[in-house]
Amino acid sequence: MRIRDLSPADFLARLGADGVRLAAGPFNCRLQSGIPEIAEELARLYAHHPLIGADDFIDFHVGVRPGQGLRRWLRPQAVFSVDAVEPFTPLPRNQALAMLEWGLNWCITAYSQHLLVIHAACVARGDRAVILPAPPGSGKSTLCAALANRGWRLLSDELTLIRLDTGEVMGLARPVNLKNASIDVIRAYAPEAFLTRPVHDTTKGTVALMAPTEASVLAVGQWARPTWMILPRYRPGVDARLEPMGSGAAFLQIADNAMNYHILGSHGFAAVGRMVDHCRSFNFEYSRLDEAIAIFDRLAREAEGDAP
Amino acid sequence: MSLLLRVLRHADEARHLSPADWDLLVRQCRHANLLGRLHQRLEAAGIDMPERARNHLLSGTIMAEQQHHSILREVGHLRDALSDIGLPLILLKGAAYVAAGLPAAAGRLFADVDILVPHARLGEAESALMLTGWQSTALDDYDQRYYRRWMHELPAMQHMFRGTALDVHHTILPPTSRLKPDARLLIEASVEIPGLPGVRTLALPDLILHSASHLFHEGEPDNLLRDLTDLDALLRQLGETPAAWDALARRAERLQLAGPLRLALRYSHRLLGTPVPARLLAELGCLKGGPRQRLLDALYLRVLETQHPSAADGLRGAARKLLYIRAHWLRMPPHLLAYHLAHKALFPPQADTRNLTADEKNAA
Repeated sequence: MRIRDLSPADFLARLGADGVRLAAGPFNCRLQSGIPEIAEELARLYAHHPLIGADDFIDFHVGVRPGQGLRRWLRPQAVFSVDAVEPFTPLPRNQALAMLEWGLNWCITAYSQHLLVIHAACVARGDRAVILPAPPGSGKSTLCAALANRGWRLLSDELTLIRLDTGEVMGLARPVNLKNASIDVIRAYAPEAFLTRPVHDTTKGTVALMAPTEASVLAVGQWARPTWMILPRYRPGVDARLEPMGSGAAFLQIADNAMNYHILGSHGFAAVGRMVDHCRSFNFEYSRLDEAIAIFDRLAREAEGDAP
Repeated sequence: MSLLLRVLRHADEARHLSPADWDLLVRQCRHANLLGRLHQRLEAAGIDMPERARNHLLSGTIMAEQQHHSILREVGHLRDALSDIGLPLILLKGAAYVAAGLPAAAGRLFADVDILVPHARLGEAESALMLTGWQSTALDDYDQRYYRRWMHELPAMQHMFRGTALDVHHTILPPTSRLKPDARLLIEASVEIPGLPGVRTLALPDLILHSASHLFHEGEPDNLLRDLTDLDALLRQLGETPAAWDALARRAERLQLAGPLRLALRYSHRLLGTPVPARLLAELGCLKGGPRQRLLDALYLRVLETQHPSAADGLRGAARKLLYIRAHWLRMPPHLLAYHLAHKALFPPQADTRNLTADEKNAA
């Protein structure tokens, strides 16, 4: 059974009581909230994710609850919790849904030292993955959202998870976090995609979450091989251009963006080294999404042509 | 008794757990800061862990390994800083277990390095540390005064570049405590760690007595179960030499720490099944009852448990508060206690949350 099979009333009731139990790639999550207004959008963001049983192991027990006392009414707040611990300062209540997503990302980062966790977007064709590590403002999420709506499957928008044993990427297929101008860009580019109502004045500016495509969620259990590492940069007006990157520079890009590189020690070094050895690495400048996607598609065709 | 305690007592209890049991075990374990330690216990016992649970426990081991690595590097820096003024580095608690490679280091997570310097050289040591980049963490004037006048340690220090935290002790209990172990005896008996010239730890019986006195004079319960498992590991190590038990009891008398040792043996034996000779338990009065002991049991059996909500009853909150007061009661005479608690009530410390930083959100 998938989330979309629950009636809105059932989803809301579960969310407010014991929580909604779902699988996001390798992680089982229990989402709980006493803030009913997030239910409808949350259900659409995770529509295609499978429900799991009440007796299954849960990796992250997370929730957002309303502020207490006066904070229920006066400048109302949302408080994130993971298994009864509330590690963060509350945010305004209208950011509750985003806070749940950010909090879940924090859990994955904090509790997954058995994986190399890279701050990067990741999309794939079949089992060949493109890893897009990039600083905020580089247009990484926009590009990732566009690719995910043009035949690439979304593995992750923010956290790329690399297995230390096989070097494969484990996808999450969780919502994409769009910011500011990219919200309207993606609305225009992929009108069929579901985006939440934008929330203004967060510390990241205006944010909206985009649901992963059904195909991405259905294929999420298929781990992918890192095949390309592409460092995107949005520059208004430029023609899309791939520039090969040396393996030393590529190593530093990945290590720099790995959240737990310093924790994994030699295992981290080995994992990044293996990735660089298996990837073709590029710097990539673009301004028009169609052009960018044509280039990604060409890379995919070349790889298929190379394949035995 | 929580599932976590049952598995800590007998790893075999983990052989036939359902996925929901593993879920509970990992949660209880995370709340007790014991993920890495339990992982190593279960590995050693040859327990088959289901993959999801194993990943969480393994994460704890990897985290601990990284911390041990950085602690060892820090130990080198500290030794160099103190050797400039002719002082050996004496490590306490977690850093001591790790540097000396004791079984009590297995999977242990910790936040800071604790060291012991002679009281007469405290000022000098502080200066030498400041010269190499250690700074007193920003506390208000009250806290600075409180530490320097009444406490057994300087206000916590932090390295300005490496960010590591350091507690500099001149003895193991506040000088205002009713119990007054003589730090000179501890320093005299300290032993150099083989292979680490200039780095010492307390002798094994003193490590045990320090761990015990810490356990029963601390008001912060979140790590008490972890500390009890430290004690259990240290006692099992001591027990490899049967004659050492009597020496431990005599040492406790000498350091005025027979009281904490009695409680430590009582609870470690009762909760974790630590093998302590029955004769010693009887001699030290570890098994005796009575109304005072029943009250202590009611309090300690609630806080020497994982602090996960699943292991709480309606009285845990009260037990935590009472032990906070008891810890302070043991640490200072009544007039000081009244003054200190009044100050903390009037000017409560900042809440223990923080903003999601820009980095984390981006990471997020």
